[in-house]
Amino acid sequence: MTLAELVCPAGTPAALRTAVDAGADTVYCGFRNATNARNFPGLNFSTDELATAVAYAHAKGSKVLLALNTYPPAGQVDLWREAADTGARIGVDAFIVADMGVARYIATKYPEIRLHLSVQAAASSPEAIRYYCESFGVKRVVLPRILTIPEIRRIAQEIPCEIETFIFGNHGLMVEGRCSLTNYVTGLSTNMDGVCSPAADVEYRREGDGAVSSCLSGYVIDRFGPDEMAGYPTICKGRYQAPHRPEGYYAFEEPVSLNLARLLPELIDAGVHAFKIEGRQRSKSYVRNVVSAFRNAVDDIRAGREANIAGLLQLTEGGRETQGAFETKKWR
Amino acid sequence: MAYSHKHEVLNKANPLTDLTAPALTVLLAPLLGRVVKSLSRKHPAIFERLGPHTKTGYIIDPTNLPFALFLQPDPERPVLRAVARRALPAHEALIRGSFDTLFELIDADADGDAVFFSRDLIIEGNTEAVVSLRNALDDVDGSIAADTADLFGPPGRLALGFLRSRADARSQRSST
Ligand code: SF4
Repeated sequence: MTLAELVCPAGTPAALRTAVDAGADTVYCGFRNATNARNFPGLNFSTDELATAVAYAHAKGSKVLLALNTYPPAGQVDLWREAADTGARIGVDAFIVADMGVARYIATKYPEIRLHLSVQAAASSPEAIRYYCESFGVKRVVLPRILTIPEIRRIAQEIPCEIETFIFGNHGLMVEGRCSLTNYVTGLSTNMDGVCSPAADVEYRREGDGAVSSCLSGYVIDRFGPDEMAGYPTICKGRYQAPHRPEGYYAFEEPVSLNLARLLPELIDAGVHAFKIEGRQRSKSYVRNVVSAFRNAVDDIRAGREANIAGLLQLTEGGRETQGAFETKKWR
Repeated sequence: MAYSHKHEVLNKANPLTDLTAPALTVLLAPLLGRVVKSLSRKHPAIFERLGPHTKTGYIIDPTNLPFALFLQPDPERPVLRAVARRALPAHEALIRGSFDTLFELIDADADGDAVFFSRDLIIEGNTEAVVSLRNALDDVDGSIAADTADLFGPPGRLALGFLRSRADARSQRSST
């Protein structure tokens, strides 16, 4: 059995302490700039905050991973290099990277620090993953959410590094690290600026009948009736009218969250080393509830008991959950 | 740009609310002033997270109370005051929900996204301002509600205990 490391999100120092106290083996976080894919207002860490957070986590036996998982625009690599230098100085346990230039910089300058390949690199074949391992010494790959468990099992047998998969949280996947939908509408890039649907471009309009329209850069991308659950204001979760579906439908993805709690034993058996909980943009309350639920589940499985995960549904988007492609390729 | 909001449903005449709101807003002024000043002193990091939104005017509207709140988280001169729902001051962002929902949020017991998904929380106006405020307040160890209760000593903590047990009872009801 693999260790089943729990990799937990932290958008603020308080969330990091909450995750560590709730039983996170590892916490991932990012700086307050475009070097990571949750570049949201009011979120993330300053240099001093990260240093204090790393000391707190290490004192309690948890590790800290620094997400540097966006792609620097050509010729503008300084911000990413400085972030890597600061992370190394502070003593983070690994960097999560997507861009080959960033990977090369860290692999050359800090060969003693682990590199994890972000889901944003979208490496889903043994050939692609091996390339990153051989070229940059990548120690772990975070797999895109497009693979079934039998496929993950096969990949595990053919690669020289650890596997991390998402286990809970937002499920807006498209082709990870390649999605340009938000860029098309707002002019800002998820992959380079680190933000999908920037809050400054989002507006919720209340209609007379109690419905709410969610708008991105002035375009209405969904309309929730008075009694309908809402979702994130991202283009991939928008509801669109088309000639064949004049009533409007979720063309790409529905507001739904990934929850693989029930598949944990199978995933461990397939060779997954680490499980990632999505949600650096979420609150301490979310972090506390989700991390403790999965902590108990993993401990139960290790002890040979049946894992009991109830009560996570109310934290899911649209109040709905899915096992996505992990369960079957028939998913969308 | 100031955002002006139409209160189609909530502005319906409510004689009790209309009579009590002006008196309450005056009565609450010193109390709320003390709360916001004390929280600003205790948590200066909040202002850094707010970035440009320290000058933003927020309306926080607990739908089942007879008044709303106006917040301007300016580190130099923080403002928190009760305002009549019928005559809201100019504001850029509005956050509306039942008192219970808003209490659970400032007590770090509810998740902002989850109560938005379930439609218990309504956001209007400048979304970036709302997201910044939410993230800034969430980066507080313990909770804003607990800090506020502490300000009022044993009666404050008694009230907090009462509100927390109500919240627990609600969440048990919703999970059964
Ligand atoms: S639109 Fe959806 S899939 Fe694309 S970057 Fe945003 S959240 Fe991801």
